[in-house]
Amino acid sequence: MKRFIGFIRKEFYHIFRDKRSLFILFGMPIAQILLFGFAITNEINNVEIAILDYAKDSESQKIIQKIKASPYFHIENEIFSDKAIESEFKKGKVKAVLLFEKDFAKKLQTERKATVQVITDATEPNVANTISNYTQSIIQNYQNQKNTVQKSNGVVIQSRMLYNPELKSVFNFVPGVMTVILMLVSAMMTSISITREKELGTMEILLVSPLKPFQVILGKVFPYVFLSIINAIVIVSMGYFIFGMPINGSIFLLAFESILFIITALSLGILISTVSNTQQTAMMISLMGLMLPVIILSGFIFPIASMPLPMQVISNIIPAKWFIIIVKSIMLKGVGLEYIFKETLILLGMTLLFIGLSIKKYKTRLE
Amino acid sequence: MESVQEKIIIVENLTKQFGDFTAVKGISFDVHKGEIFGFLGANGAGKTTAMKMLIGISHPTSGQANVAGFDVQNQSEEVKRNIGYMSQKFSMYDDLTVEENITFFGGIYGLSRKQIKIKTNQLIEELQLGNIAKTKVGDLPLGWKQKLAFSVALLHEPKIVFLDEPTGGVDPITRRQFWELIYAEAHKGTTIFVTTHYMDEAEYCNRVSIMVDGVIEALDTPKKLKEQFQVNSMNEVFLKLARNIE
Repeated sequence: MKRFIGFIRKEFYHIFRDKRSLFILFGMPIAQILLFGFAITNEINNVEIAILDYAKDSESQKIIQKIKASPYFHIENEIFSDKAIESEFKKGKVKAVLLFEKDFAKKLQTERKATVQVITDATEPNVANTISNYTQSIIQNYQNQKNTVQKSNGVVIQSRMLYNPELKSVFNFVPGVMTVILMLVSAMMTSISITREKELGTMEILLVSPLKPFQVILGKVFPYVFLSIINAIVIVSMGYFIFGMPINGSIFLLAFESILFIITALSLGILISTVSNTQQTAMMISLMGLMLPVIILSGFIFPIASMPLPMQVISNIIPAKWFIIIVKSIMLKGVGLEYIFKETLILLGMTLLFIGLSIKKYKTRLE
Repeated sequence: MESVQEKIIIVENLTKQFGDFTAVKGISFDVHKGEIFGFLGANGAGKTTAMKMLIGISHPTSGQANVAGFDVQNQSEEVKRNIGYMSQKFSMYDDLTVEENITFFGGIYGLSRKQIKIKTNQLIEELQLGNIAKTKVGDLPLGWKQKLAFSVALLHEPKIVFLDEPTGGVDPITRRQFWELIYAEAHKGTTIFVTTHYMDEAEYCNRVSIMVDGVIEALDTPKKLKEQFQVNSMNEVFLKLARNIE
């Protein structure tokens, strides 16, 4: 035990004396959360739109009032002809035009049907999509109110967004960033720190010492477990206190799952260190082989369901995918272990596989 | 000198195969307690592989080796406790101070804090390194680092110390000083097992073995080897051996 403590102390010296590791360990998580939380957002706020109202009656005014009242849109100006639509878009300020047909109210009265056209600038597809959705839901809302007043028949759509009613994108980014950071710290940092000893030749000295190989690896890995846990706490707290991300489920379950994922990532890091002999290789494998898939295939940024089938299949072998599901389920849906049992088992299985492979790799090196 | 001596390393038919390639082909030799044993050979002759088997970080394919009274295959833990090792790559942590390095390496060999403190002072005094306990090893000149690494390999007072090309890349004066340290340690009764490809260093050893293509081609005192091959220096012995093989 005393040997182990000495080993860990030495490992902390390495970490705290290296500015680069310090930055990756503590600067990155905070920078990423703030960046994703504040700068990168799927929400729209105060989008400039224009109105082309051929009707100018009470009903069209009601809808325009509703749109005005929402925080998402700001009515930049009113235009008066079809021709003006394109020139508005070309100017670039206006992102959408709302077009009411002639005799809007009258048609609604007599034919029970009238048209509002939403024209969006799709040079930014995501924004265009969101604008279209938001305006539709405002108009839908107007229609529902009208229907209840008039007691008319017909299908009424009522949509409710559960677990994230305001559709805050930060609720998506906190689990994502946490996953990326834990992967980065645990897998990349450990693989680099182990290969560093190989490169310097100190690994040989350690293996010649009475320390058993697993003690050496444990000693190398332990500080990163500790630092990763601190990182997870920092990220979750920032999500909770700064961005109002709820923690609806058990915090102990969240802690347990996080530690499991940290161990999965560490065992991956160990595996990477067994196949690479230099820090450079370890870093390249970690960045290309881990970070990119984590960012692209885990569902963090791009929804897995809309990927082509082969990509969806590949996404299953990315540990991060399962962890993101787990974190979201616990934090937003507040589920217990019984709902995320499958995901937990998958992470556990992957961990055992990585450790097994590392041991096998190590043994063949001895032989 | 050549009377009956206690054997501290006994190697019998030690073989190491990597797939189809046999790096070490059934070598047998003994090392006597307290001697400086030179383990020579060209690059790729198999000396590093053989040495790795003796220090327990590589398993022999066949054959046996007994180091400090323990079998390398089955009692590698005991072997490791009784040997010291310094590799050709410089083997201390650059970002740790001298004191921290000593504390760390002392610690993994199970030395108590008190022992480590005594050792640290003793070591700094012996090496006449002055006030460098709090200096980072990375800031020291190479010669000092090497002396330190040697002393650190001896912290736990091993019976045998294995030196894998300890003087690679060092100037002749520092090499000379390093050999003085080796002599002093051998004088205390520690067995020194050293690989080198500097043939002038071979002259300093009590006995040398020369490995060519996985086989020990010659083993004796430098003096006898020179007589046997009728030459004046170990360098010529080595060249003659290498040529014969070709």
